[in-house]
Amino acid sequence: MKIWIQKQQALIDFTLASLARRKLKNAGLLLVYTLIVFLLASVMLYTSALRHDAAAVLKNSPEVIVQRMVAGRHDLIPPGYLEKLGRIRGVQKKEGRLWGYYYDPVVKANYTLMVPMAEAPGAEKVADANIVVGAAVARERGLVPGNLISFRSYSGKLFSFTVADVLPHAAELVSADLILLSEADYRAFFEIPAGHYTDIALSVANPQEVRKIASKLSEALPDSRPILREEVLRTYESIFNWREGIVLVLLSGSILAFAIFAWEKASGLSAEEKREIGILKAIGWETGDVLKMKFWEGVLVSLTAFLLGYIAAYLHVFSFSAALFEPVLKGWAVLYPRFELTPVVDGFQIATLFFFTVFPYTVATIVPIWRAAITDPDAVMRG
Amino acid sequence: MIKLSNIRKAYNQGHENEYWALDGIDLNIKEKQVTALCGPSGSGKTTLLSIIGCLARPTSGRVQLKKRDISGLPERFLTEERRSTFGFVFQQFNLIKGLSARDNVMLPAYPVGGDWKKLHERADGLLDSLKLGHRRDARVEWLSGGEQQRVAIARAMINDPQVVIADEPTANLDTALSREFLTILEGLKEQGKTILLTSHDPLVVDSEVVDKVVNLRDGRLVKAD
Ligand SMILES: Nc1ncnc2c1ncn2[C@@H]1O[C@H](COP(=O)(O)OP(=O)(O)OP(=O)(O)O)[C@@H](O)[C@H]1O
Ligand SMILES: [Mg+2]
Repeated sequence: MKIWIQKQQALIDFTLASLARRKLKNAGLLLVYTLIVFLLASVMLYTSALRHDAAAVLKNSPEVIVQRMVAGRHDLIPPGYLEKLGRIRGVQKKEGRLWGYYYDPVVKANYTLMVPMAEAPGAEKVADANIVVGAAVARERGLVPGNLISFRSYSGKLFSFTVADVLPHAAELVSADLILLSEADYRAFFEIPAGHYTDIALSVANPQEVRKIASKLSEALPDSRPILREEVLRTYESIFNWREGIVLVLLSGSILAFAIFAWEKASGLSAEEKREIGILKAIGWETGDVLKMKFWEGVLVSLTAFLLGYIAAYLHVFSFSAALFEPVLKGWAVLYPRFELTPVVDGFQIATLFFFTVFPYTVATIVPIWRAAITDPDAVMRG
Repeated sequence: MIKLSNIRKAYNQGHENEYWALDGIDLNIKEKQVTALCGPSGSGKTTLLSIIGCLARPTSGRVQLKKRDISGLPERFLTEERRSTFGFVFQQFNLIKGLSARDNVMLPAYPVGGDWKKLHERADGLLDSLKLGHRRDARVEWLSGGEQQRVAIARAMINDPQVVIADEPTANLDTALSREFLTILEGLKEQGKTILLTSHDPLVVDSEVVDKVVNLRDGRLVKAD
């Protein structure tokens, strides 16, 4: 065992000396390799963290949302509708919600205007003529609490609000473009008469009953469309998967280029390398020793690249908010949320990435050597 | 020490260009002696040397090393013999470019393992004894021909072999360096090494260090004294 370790030490030492001979070439290879790992790992870490956060956020949203449909389009809930819903077994609470979109021509972005729900976490009632704004809105319009801001409503009237508060940074993924206001202000701003709502939120205690409740709803109110949280979650999933897929497809071009480059580098044994293998065999290296040396070479290069790339990706995603990907991955909002993702590291993901980067490279280094290493050593005698 | 009986070696056997480089060699190489193989170009010296050094196998005939028949042994065993019994000084030196003199010297010792520090010390000791200590960290391609040969000799000695094999050791050296080589050779002989070399160089063949001259012609022995 001790001899084995000493032998590996010696081989690694030789491998390092050997790698150092082609410093530029190997450094270049390492750089490209690291970059690929970095990009792949960034996408993986980013999307999984985003998914994770989105799921966490949705956990606080109502289990069922009821929309009313008119001519196949989402319409306002008319007065009396809430009552018509009546009592449905399993529904803990029902509440009409008020929200809408507002286009701000100053920053050319859409805000979501919303009346906070009675028991929404962290959002007490907003007083009349006050608003609470999301962090991105505050950033874009340069708002701090106490500022006064005016919006021109769709009917042309000007409304002035005092910024009472800015929503916390942590929740920015979902609240970036949010503006919270009082019910009275909301109704005045959008000219929505009392009794009308945007939609209805239902809380269901037992997730098993959600589907049953949904079908009862459709029966009781044929012009309604229940939206289930679990379906939203699934949609989110598929959107994230889809975005991740797009990025991966874009990346695959560069990955392919890298694969060819690595294969060429690793497999295209130069005459010089062949000669060296011949020398090593002639002075008493076994085929296995040559292979081990090359194995260490592959492992050292790919492992270093993997670690560097992964760490860089981790920092990129979790410390620098994935600055490089924002436009692609978060493209649904004009106001980019700037938020810190909760670091999520998935062992299976690391294993996958490791397998698809370190393993092929190591194999690509070894296989051609193996072919060269089983040749006869006496050719060395003839230079 | 080494006994060859009726060694024959064919290149490209069975093909149109079949060529018998060795055609029935019987030879006895004594321990702790310097044996020189000489003969015209193409007479089969290098071929014979590679068979003795376990780098190639004879087509027919028997090779006995330390009273053991090694002709039929597997490649693994031959590798082991190359590493432990023989030290090679190749005609083109065959050093690995880009590595330092010391790294080159240590090459045959890597597969053996062993203590790392002691190995370094041994390599440095060998380079010192060959008056190359000051060049140990230089890349081998920067060294002169004579220096390169001395690195090659140090490399041949690192595993403390019983037999040193040198193919045309003075072919790339001028007279002064050739004499220096003979001095080194003397030193090795004093250490009790068995030495086998090929040469056309009268300086070597006629030198006092050489105990036995074996003449080859067309793959056969001419005379052995
Ligand atoms: N791999 C090979 N394939 C075919 N023929 C070969 C091969 N190697 C050597 N030969 C032939 O075998 C013969 C003996 O070669 P060898 O190298 O042993 O001669 P040598 O005595 O060492 O010559 P020199 O003094 O020029 O080095 C030569 O005619 C050579 O052409
Ligand atoms: Mg020759």
